[in-house]
Amino acid sequence: MKLKVIVTLKNGVLDPQGKAIQQTLNGMTFENVSEVRQGKYFDIEVNESDESKAKSQVEEMCKKLLANLVIEDYKIL
Amino acid sequence: MKSSVIIFPGSNCDRDMDVALKKFGFKNQMVWHNDTEIPKSDLIVLPGGFSYGDYLRCGSIAGKSRIIKSVIDFANSGGLVLGICNGFQILTETGLLPGILQQNKYLNFICKNVFVKIKNKENKYFKNINKEVLELHIAHNEGNYFCSNDELKSIEDNSQIAITYCDHKGKDDEMNNPNGALKNIAGIFNKDKNILGMMPHPERMIDPFLSGEDGSLFFENLIGSL
Repeated sequence: MKLKVIVTLKNGVLDPQGKAIQQTLNGMTFENVSEVRQGKYFDIEVNESDESKAKSQVEEMCKKLLANLVIEDYKIL
Repeated sequence: MKSSVIIFPGSNCDRDMDVALKKFGFKNQMVWHNDTEIPKSDLIVLPGGFSYGDYLRCGSIAGKSRIIKSVIDFANSGGLVLGICNGFQILTETGLLPGILQQNKYLNFICKNVFVKIKNKENKYFKNINKEVLELHIAHNEGNYFCSNDELKSIEDNSQIAITYCDHKGKDDEMNNPNGALKNIAGIFNKDKNILGMMPHPERMIDPFLSGEDGSLFFENLIGSL
């Protein structure tokens, strides 16, 4: 089964790329953009039919590799 | 004294490190990332570069490579492990050092000489260096050291800050912070001070004609203290 994971920077952690994107958008025609936070998206195909098993495996993957919990949060969609 | 330099796909400071270690008397060996055992060593070095193309996060894939278990075992048994630049990033990703190296605050790749202040000399890496400020080279895009407030307190309480960015007189304030690093941190130790991660490259400052020699002071002290 396929699981989707989003990894984002925690609130309060500086995101210079997001800031640069926001400023670029403001310089285009999107003056009303007040914040952009950039993140990562993963599609993960797991050979496992039991959904809860697959989810708990992906949770482990997030903790051990996909996200660095010092600065990032993850969400399994 | 024996040293081992680990080579990852994308390492590019491994040979400079090999030259530097040998120049100051180490018997150095190169170890491939896909090996599982490290030859008997007094020092293991994780060199600079772009291991695994900096995919996912800098150092994250190298931090799970086959050789890393041996590096972690060696470090946990008290062995000296030195991570330079990408090596520092790998050490934080393995959890051997606290915190993480984020993208530079102003989104630029920085390649220049900087001054760093030695904050702690009660360790084998800086013990007998007869200077307080060293001129070293940095070249990185992700050198912006960050950790949580609790971790920072623990790092400070245990005197784990090794070096900070400063001016030539040792003033380590925001004006002399090239990448936005928390507290100007350029290098940190683990609690036991046997593991050191640092962004500057001492191996690039060992030639009086091409660079400077403050890197020589680092390696001379290191082999002398082993």
